[in-house]
Amino acid sequence: MACIEAHGLRKAYGAKIALDGVDLRLEEGRILGLIGPNGAGKTTALNAILGLTPFQGELKVLGRNPWTERDQLMCDVCFIADVAVLPRWIRVSQALDYVAGVHPRFDRAKAEGFLARTTIHRSSKVRELSKGMVAQLHLALVMAIDAKLLVLDEPTLGLDILYRKQFYDSLLNDYFDGRRTIILTTHQVEEIEHVLTDVMFIHRGRIVFNRSLEELESRYLEVTVRPEQVAAARALKPIYQREVLGRSILLFDHVDRQQLAALGEVRTAGIADLFVAVIGDQASQGTGAAQ
Amino acid sequence: MNAPAMSSVESQATMPALIPASRRLYWSVRRELWENRWLYLAPFAVAALFLVAFLISAIHPPRHMRVASTPLGQPYTIAALFMMGTTFMVAVFYCLDALYGERRDRSILFWKSLPVSDLTTVLAKASIPLVFLPLLTFAIIVVTQLIMMVLSSAVMLARGQNVSTLWTQLPFFQMSLGLLFHLVAIHSLWYAPIYCWLLLVSGWARRAPFLWAVLPPIAIEVVEKIAFNTSHFAAMLGNRFGGGESAGFTEGRMAMAPLAHLGLGSFFISPGLWIGLAVAAAFLAVAVRLRRYREPI
Repeated sequence: MACIEAHGLRKAYGAKIALDGVDLRLEEGRILGLIGPNGAGKTTALNAILGLTPFQGELKVLGRNPWTERDQLMCDVCFIADVAVLPRWIRVSQALDYVAGVHPRFDRAKAEGFLARTTIHRSSKVRELSKGMVAQLHLALVMAIDAKLLVLDEPTLGLDILYRKQFYDSLLNDYFDGRRTIILTTHQVEEIEHVLTDVMFIHRGRIVFNRSLEELESRYLEVTVRPEQVAAARALKPIYQREVLGRSILLFDHVDRQQLAALGEVRTAGIADLFVAVIGDQASQGTGAAQ
Repeated sequence: MNAPAMSSVESQATMPALIPASRRLYWSVRRELWENRWLYLAPFAVAALFLVAFLISAIHPPRHMRVASTPLGQPYTIAALFMMGTTFMVAVFYCLDALYGERRDRSILFWKSLPVSDLTTVLAKASIPLVFLPLLTFAIIVVTQLIMMVLSSAVMLARGQNVSTLWTQLPFFQMSLGLLFHLVAIHSLWYAPIYCWLLLVSGWARRAPFLWAVLPPIAIEVVEKIAFNTSHFAAMLGNRFGGGESAGFTEGRMAMAPLAHLGLGSFFISPGLWIGLAVAAAFLAVAVRLRRYREPI
């Protein structure tokens, strides 16, 4: 069974179209990075998946309609919508009590174990914790839930780099086990690159790019081209070209690695560069050229 | 799939049944009490203040109260009215914030990430003014009145007066029974549409829920007055807040009136009660729907 299946998912806020016919299929056990510019429809798509917003079209999450069956769905789905959504008045012990009281899959001992590694006191209120500690607490709560799907929408926004690194490390080491599915959005693409198994770019309410990481690594190559070979390199139809410190870096799709090695230093393309190539292209042409 | 994996899948599939709806409701109510500690702290504080004032007046009675004509039960009725007024205001302010505050501080995104339905959440919030506060008011008033009796006995004994009149003449049991009936009938059932209206507005308003709760009724009254030169709506609201004519008792007489005079039967068959409850249920249904639709502010 696919974890998420969407056909023609649409959502408009008045005249503004947030999702414009999204088709999407995510298998279980994947870690998907959903990447897009501000206002591209990322959060709207996630909200639809989490049953937080009504939508048009077909959408099934773990076989359920999230809008009409949110409460049952949340037995199997967890999400962190933002760093700052834990209620500020709640005590750490109360948060543990409450989640243990209402969630059938919550393992309190596990959450206590995660918290023991931090400096968070059981009697502290959320308002007394630093932003990084709130994120640690929320992650501890969520990781102690034996869920099938975890959705993280900008979970590390505004945190310093140490907390961000720790956050993704514990997510990978303590939580992900190959069965669970995780969806992540963030602006710090480089930090989640090594975590992902799949990448999706969303732009103007449409999914414009959808690849697995293996596909990405085998298909997209970036070459720092020697100046005398720029013309030859351009003949191979790069999908994107940028200049860094006076050197040309060209991005190729489906071009043989041996062939490219003759032109200069070859690297696997980073997601951020690919994103700029694909979305930049979209923005200038306004068509689905990347597909 | 191998056997252990199968069993884990099976146990997962059956696990949600382990948490019955009543347990989710219980934790949702506890959550409300954690968040709004003033729900009980404010009435406690007011009761304590009242007792201090009562003790002072018992030791140094104001001139007009030294005359023996003051009815014996009057201070006890005043205490009851005072506490009921307090918890009514507490209930109003609680309702106005109940579904508004969680959207304003975005914590609704956390609550919605847990397997608790909007219905359970709204019912838990509605149970605060409809169940918790009336019972709390009852407990506080009874305890306050008992302490008042002990205090006045102590003062009277110190003066060498006989306290037997106080303990034999004051129908404490009947007072408490009447009070409980009054709280359930009026403060819970009769006022239910008021609380549910406030909950609805707190789930709907993007800002200033108090204004949105108060202005539409005033607007209806004004329009009715200008257009038809009538004031049925105002009269209806007045009747609702005043406790209803069919209730058979007024707040002033309530605490002292024997049960038989309360008009139990006529209250429970009065259309006003049942229409009010139907309206309250409709408001609650809308509030549940709003909680599903409304996003953080």
